[in-house]
Amino acid sequence: MNLEVKLPGLTLKNPIMPASGCFGFGKEYSEFYDLSRLGAVIMKAATQFERFGNPTPRVAETSSGMLNAIGLQNPGVERIIANEVPRLAAYDTSIIANVAGSSLEEYVFVASAFNQTKDVHALELNISCPNVKEGGIQFGTDPEMAKRVTSAVKEASNLPVYVKLSPNVTNIVEMAKAVEEAGADGLSMINTLTGMKLHLPTGKPLIANQTGGLSGPAIKPIAIRMIYEVRQQVSIPIIGMGGISTAEDVLEFLQAGADAVAVGTANFQNPFACVDIIDALPETLMNYQYTSVQDVIDRRGVQV
Amino acid sequence: MMKKRHEMEVIAVDTIAKETIEMTLYQPEISQQTVPGQFLHLLVPGFTLRRPISIAKVNSEEGTVTILFKVVGGGTKALAAYQPGMTVDALGPNGNGFQVDDVQEGERILLVGGGIGVPPIYHLAKRLSEKNVELVAVLGFQSKDYVFYEEAFQKIAETYVVTNDGSYGHQGFVTHVFSEVGAFDQYFSCGPLPMLRAVTTELKDAAGKVSLEERMGCGVGACMACVLPTVDNSYKKICSDGPVFSAQEVIL
Repeated sequence: MNLEVKLPGLTLKNPIMPASGCFGFGKEYSEFYDLSRLGAVIMKAATQFERFGNPTPRVAETSSGMLNAIGLQNPGVERIIANEVPRLAAYDTSIIANVAGSSLEEYVFVASAFNQTKDVHALELNISCPNVKEGGIQFGTDPEMAKRVTSAVKEASNLPVYVKLSPNVTNIVEMAKAVEEAGADGLSMINTLTGMKLHLPTGKPLIANQTGGLSGPAIKPIAIRMIYEVRQQVSIPIIGMGGISTAEDVLEFLQAGADAVAVGTANFQNPFACVDIIDALPETLMNYQYTSVQDVIDRRGVQV
Repeated sequence: MMKKRHEMEVIAVDTIAKETIEMTLYQPEISQQTVPGQFLHLLVPGFTLRRPISIAKVNSEEGTVTILFKVVGGGTKALAAYQPGMTVDALGPNGNGFQVDDVQEGERILLVGGGIGVPPIYHLAKRLSEKNVELVAVLGFQSKDYVFYEEAFQKIAETYVVTNDGSYGHQGFVTHVFSEVGAFDQYFSCGPLPMLRAVTTELKDAAGKVSLEERMGCGVGACMACVLPTVDNSYKKICSDGPVFSAQEVIL
């Protein structure tokens, strides 16, 4: 079955990619399977300088999900381009760089840095990390700031820009429209939802950062609802994510309005999650009378 | 060779002390590959994250691995209810264990284990007992009900048991008996962070290795959940760079 999807800057052999932050730079998972099987890889967030991230504990399990507050730990964009991108480029897959920052200038710096390499095919603009003190989520919760950072990055970068939206907003459609207007080539949604878990013996937050981003199957209905709403009002492509762990989940995201999907937390439970989903996808689509991934995209919203 | 998910068959499950489960699993490949200090990352159906569980011993001839864990929450409670014949989904052996190549014949080795940090120390003790070395073990537990493996240690090491409340053995913390154990060439320790802090502070001039526990995400080095600062102003990942580190290399 034809699983191919074409998006700005990306010709994906299948619509499955690991989500940013859940896959590092691919090295660890390349010990489990051939990364060439993936539609794309979204790298862990890059910032201008090296970041050591938050104190530990950084993760906590929740019902059908988990909280994390890693704090954008990464070696800095220059070292990512020098060490991580070439290793990933050896695989027959597309590379998407996740761009983070705490100021407009930092976003522009990081985005421009990726112009140096021919091996990165698109940017995912991370204006929605809930776990860093400055920037990040401020850009992702105020439509005017989201617009400003999107147009500045668009201007600085030679690559298509997918803006990663935060679900921690009252009106997701307003955010999506704002970044579309500012020239975003696509959307990536949703990032994690801010949450907290207390440690009963102490009555204090379990995660050192106090709050963390909730991910996993617990947030899937929220992702589906938001993608569905945004799809009605916005025409740029959507990379959908939020609790995907099966091929059925992928179909639901495609039906809701996504054009490709990212798998995050499921990789922790099953390191083979992405390839297991890729293997199961043809039969799942067939079971629901679809002939290809593009067929799902073409037929959604069409009255039968 | 690519890494895999393993199905491990439960051979035996025993409660060997309060809230403490010893489980023997059959999986020849893992039993042959495992070195002391490595861990298994077990999937418990219905729970998002795998559980990092330490290994107490392996029997490569019989193809078995014995793990030990404390029932602390829903996941470990569910795991404790497993019956012989059932299978557990495991990744592993994960991490880098205790390097013992530099342990010389005739050395006196201090082993310090606390609570659920005792099992990897036992695995190490068994391994070291194959060398011609003298072993001294200091084992710390909350109270008498939690004590396990004392007899097993006594067979291969001069053994001190310490309980926090004094209900068994010496009272206090593992560091309180260090004055009694005498001179040693190097030490190995595994236990909760406060214990490791006390041990490394007390033994700051000695050569030692510590094995750490931390909440983990992926367990394979990708998610950066279980990092630890190092003295050279960098960091290490407990799951994949560790869990064993030189005591001089990391900041606890």
